[in-house]
Amino acid sequence: MDIVSLLIVLIKILVMMFGVLVLGAAMAVFAERRVSAFIQERVGPNRVGPQGIIQPFADVVKLVMKEDIVPRQANRFIHDLAPIISISVALSTFAIIPFGNTIVLFGREIKLMIADVDIGILYLLALTSIGVYGVSLAGWSSNNKYSLLGGLRSSAQLISYELSMGLSLLGVLMLSGTMRLDQIVLQQTDYWWGIIPKWNIFLQPLGFITFLIASFAETNRLPFDLPEAEPELVGGYHTEYTGMKFGLFFLAEYANVITSSAVTITLFFGGWHLPWVEQLSVSPFLLSILQMCTFLGKVILLVLFFIIVRWTIPRFRYDQLMHIGWKVMLPMAIANFLITGIVMLVWA
Amino acid sequence: MSSPGKIIRKKDLTLLQKTFIPEILKGLRMTVRQMFRPTFTQQFPEERFKPDPSFRGRPVLVAENGVERCVACGLCARVCPALAIEVQASETELVKERYPIKFEINMVRCIFCGFCEEVCPEEAIVMSQEYLLAFTSQKEALFGKERLLKSTEELKNRLEFLRNHR
Repeated sequence: MDIVSLLIVLIKILVMMFGVLVLGAAMAVFAERRVSAFIQERVGPNRVGPQGIIQPFADVVKLVMKEDIVPRQANRFIHDLAPIISISVALSTFAIIPFGNTIVLFGREIKLMIADVDIGILYLLALTSIGVYGVSLAGWSSNNKYSLLGGLRSSAQLISYELSMGLSLLGVLMLSGTMRLDQIVLQQTDYWWGIIPKWNIFLQPLGFITFLIASFAETNRLPFDLPEAEPELVGGYHTEYTGMKFGLFFLAEYANVITSSAVTITLFFGGWHLPWVEQLSVSPFLLSILQMCTFLGKVILLVLFFIIVRWTIPRFRYDQLMHIGWKVMLPMAIANFLITGIVMLVWA
Repeated sequence: MSSPGKIIRKKDLTLLQKTFIPEILKGLRMTVRQMFRPTFTQQFPEERFKPDPSFRGRPVLVAENGVERCVACGLCARVCPALAIEVQASETELVKERYPIKFEINMVRCIFCGFCEEVCPEEAIVMSQEYLLAFTSQKEALFGKERLLKSTEELKNRLEFLRNHR
């Protein structure tokens, strides 16, 4: 690997880190606050900057300046480590998402994804499983019963939903025959009868629904946010966290939302594919830019969907959560994977 | 652990309702519709609340042609439940013969009940429509005569309201 390509990878990492964490997660927090305000007929934060757009950065400055309190009996090292695990897992998942096809800059063809790995989807599932450690270690090391309960709940919840998440992806894997996410996206750029884009959502509606529900559970978003259920557990696993350590958990949640939106789009909505743009005969450079914008637009739409769902559906009870996870989602995922197998066998 | 509560399962749901999805979509439609409804929030420092004449703001002394109507009878000080008013009477050459040489309302104590206005025989103390009262010290909250006096033109709405409704 020569120095230039190393530099390109570094630039991609920096841009994505900055884009996803600083801008993406911060803007998602802002969007959450504004959208929830609109839903509840309020105005929301609109003072800092035009329409309050700098509010999340003001919040970060506030959090950084706060005192960092560690409970007396807490395990200091693990207490510090937990938010780091959470945020680094949330960010590194983004490494395998193709946010565009290829772009030609200064005569060099650059692939628009950070890590071009063969095991794409497996990497994703493995990393999301590590994400549990952040939450459950935070719960355990705080030496607080509410934190511990939150951490335990999250590990139970994530393990149950991990299964149906992995199984719901099997359908997509079987159809595409590859784990490389860029290949999966490329296969979705085709058309049926030249009109309908060959997105996986049309082939795998059941798999899509199971995956979406599982990703809500994986990101600890509202219908499944039992690890931090405020009315029962104070703040759940981050009860004992203050300052920017709390802020890291907070940002990790939104980075996770963005990442799982991006994954959903890559697997089911054709990734960066903008339908019918091939007929327009635009220049390749402009096409790459357009594709990146398409990807961004799709991610924003799905993040908005995540936010609106949060303010629509009440939290599940814990037994309902387990009931849905094991008795509904798992059979659904298995049924989806069986049906896909049978259909493929009959068709081919 | 306490015993778990009885779980209620509704038996009469249709299959479509049991899948949650159409019901969730209904809920989503509701929240999205709610998003585009107008808000009633007032953007405070820029937009100010304009009170009706019936509003009880801070009590003020009515000044007719630059002279207060007050004859320093002390009824307002007597009736004030929060003991916020202090009046000291003195004599004057005017027709009314008495006037308050000192009239002080402690705005930290005032509870805006309007009893002073109700009891006043001369219609000399009324509740104005001012409500922005923020102080940085106790001393600043002592309103003397110079800050209490307001001309009849400024208080026209309130005086008219009192005449019509009392």
